[in-house]
This record gives sequence, structure tokens and C-alpha cells, in this order.
Amino acid sequence: MNPSAAALRAQFDAAITRVTESCGDTIVYVDPTRVREILAWLKDAPEQDYDYLVDITAVEYRDAGLPIDVVYQVFSLRRKAFLRLKAPLDKREPLAIDSVVPIWAGADWMEREVYDMFGITFREHPDLRRILMWETYAEGYPLRKDFPLRGRFSRAEQVRQALGANPEAHYSMEELSIVQAATELPADMRDRLARGERGKIAEPPRGETTDA
Amino acid sequence: MGVTAEPTAGPGASHIVAPVSPNWVTTRLDFLVNWARSNSLWPMPFGTACCAIEFMAAAASRYDIARFGMERMSFSPRQADVLLCAGRLPFKLAPVIRRIYDQMPQPKWVISMGACASTGGIFDNYAMVQGIDTVVPVDVYVPGCPPRPEGLLYGILLLQKKVRGETLADHAIREERPLDERGLRLSPQLVDELSEPFGNSVHQTRSA
Repeated sequence: MNPSAAALRAQFDAAITRVTESCGDTIVYVDPTRVREILAWLKDAPEQDYDYLVDITAVEYRDAGLPIDVVYQVFSLRRKAFLRLKAPLDKREPLAIDSVVPIWAGADWMEREVYDMFGITFREHPDLRRILMWETYAEGYPLRKDFPLRGRFSRAEQVRQALGANPEAHYSMEELSIVQAATELPADMRDRLARGERGKIAEPPRGETTDA
Repeated sequence: MGVTAEPTAGPGASHIVAPVSPNWVTTRLDFLVNWARSNSLWPMPFGTACCAIEFMAAAASRYDIARFGMERMSFSPRQADVLLCAGRLPFKLAPVIRRIYDQMPQPKWVISMGACASTGGIFDNYAMVQGIDTVVPVDVYVPGCPPRPEGLLYGILLLQKKVRGETLADHAIREERPLDERGLRLSPQLVDELSEPFGNSVHQTRSA
């Protein structure tokens, strides 16, 4: 049993609902409303030092009454120790959990993938949209148990919608809500983005420095 | 003419009869043109999966598709003759391969390499095109998972045989056929029929 489990119990008490061990890995079940606080503590407490977020994923079980688990796998590079956290989300309520992007910037795409495949919303995620399926995908969330294997639409409709997509469409800077990063881009890249077919790049906010 | 020219469109096309009867001049000219075309087919490799590795093996020195005039990979569709789809095609890539096919100048042919490109293969799921013939017309299907380089070479030889059977008198085989007003290449019923599960896939129900 990983000693971090006992430390979490001592620190967070009621927020830790269950601790189990499977195949030598310790699994800590936590209250989904306190996930960010717990992970921040695991990262920052010097005796824990779980500084690397290996993966975020989710599990939906065949038993429809069971909650969907959001799984966080963390690793301490210094101590070479793994820890797995699971946050059960009740399916009768809207599936939403706090984003951990403020703690690990690398959680960005992992949370987008979980959102894409399971439809779990990550609160305060900076850019929550589909990542594997295309943006206009209307058939639902493919890894949910109620999703048919071959999709909800007929094959002809799937082909029609796919062929209707514009393979050259890309995002303008405003749509990506990272306009402030525009000042850090090289000039030629900014020019290319400004010529984009989906709109012009926004002028950088007044008073900020540019690279000119 | 030992081999009859087949329409490049899929099943359901109704323009097989040549409008002009071939005479001595056109058949001699056909022979010359087809000899030149069939022996310098420049492939546009569209490699998406493991089939692309076998394709690379076929292009390398041991199997050497240079022997058939295909050593010049055309990484621009505008100088390509053959679109060679090696690997599975997800729906997200369907508009891309269609765009590449539309950008290729006539004359052009398509080889569908491997089970996934031809039928969807083991990927009978929500994300995968069930055969690229629902997106672009296909001339030669190469079976295998993945096909060995010999299999691909046999497919290339079949394509050369097909090219040698074409005639300039039939304009229909070199006609551009864009997507119809529904945004599909074939009728929706035909796309559904081509995408039907078969083999082991039939054991997977739609609600699985």
C-alpha cells in the first residue's frame, strides 16, 4: 500500500471515500468536488511530490447504476512512485468536474480527450472542445456504453457529413482564445494566421509590448 | 483488344458503350498511348497505416517497383497518376483523400491497398470509412492485412493491364465526376449496402 494513501486520509479525511489496492497499485477514491485541491496538495507537498501527471481518463462500467470514474494517474519523478486517483461522477447528474489545467498545463489535451469520448465537462478548462472527433460531430460521445459501436447515423449519412467537411478550415486566433499569445509568435507565422480563411487575427491589446 | 475498358465510376454507371467504334488508327494510337501511360504510373502515396510500411518495402530495392515505372513517388497530387491508398481511412480523412483525388489531373487511377482501405477491415466502427470506394472510385483492390509487396506488385500489374485496355474513343472513362448535389459519390442506399457488416463483423450488433 502506498503510504500516500494514509497521508491523504490524514490530510483530507472525509474527501477520501475508499482506498484499494489492485495488482500492486494503490487506488484512492476521492470526492469529485475536491479533486483539484487534492491533486494540488499531492503535487506541492514536499513529502508527496507527485510532479508528473501521467494520464487522465475515464471509465464507464457496464452496470448502469455505477458512476463514471474519472481516473488520474500521477507519478513522482524524484521518488519514482505511482498513485492512482479515481473521482466517481454520478450519472444522474450533469457530468462535470474541476479542470486540473491550472496545476498541470499538460492536462489540457487529456481533458479534451475525456470530454470528446465521454462528454465529461471540465470546469475552467481554457479551451474545452473535441480533439479526436471533428468539431461538428453530432453523434454523441463514442466511449459511452449507450453509444452504438457503428455510430448513430447511417453509413451514408456519416460519409455525407465527412465529405462535407472542409479539410483546410483552421482556427483564427480569436477563436482559440489565446489572442494574447499572438505577440509572442514570429512575424511570418502571424502573417500566415492573419491570411487565414476563417477571419483575421486580432490586434494585440494596447500597452503590451510587441516583438517589433 | 483483349481487356475491355471498365468505367471508372462504381457500380450503377451506365456509360459503358463507346460512342465511336474503334478503327485501325485509334487502336494503334491507343496502343502507343497506353504503352506510355502504363509503364510510367507515378503513384501518389496516401499511406495511413501499416500497409504503408509494406508499400515502402515494395518501393525499396528488394521488390523495387521501379521495374514497373513507379519509382517516382509523386508527393504532389498534381503530378500523380495513381492514388495509392495504403491503410485505413477514418471519416476525418475522407474529405482529404477526396480533395487529393479531385486535384489529380486526368488520366488517373486509384489502388485500394489492403483490407481496411477496401472494406474497412477489422475497423467496423463509428470512426472508419467502410471502403474508400464510397469516397473515390477504385480501379484495383489489393487484398491482405497488410498485402505483401508481391501482392501489391500483382495489383500494379493488374492496373497496367487495365490501362492497356483503355481506348481514347471512349471519353466517358476519363470524365471528371464530382460529388453529386447530396454531397455523395454514390447513392445513399449503395453506400449503406457497401458498408454492411460481413464476416466476423456480423456478430457485432449495432447496439453493442
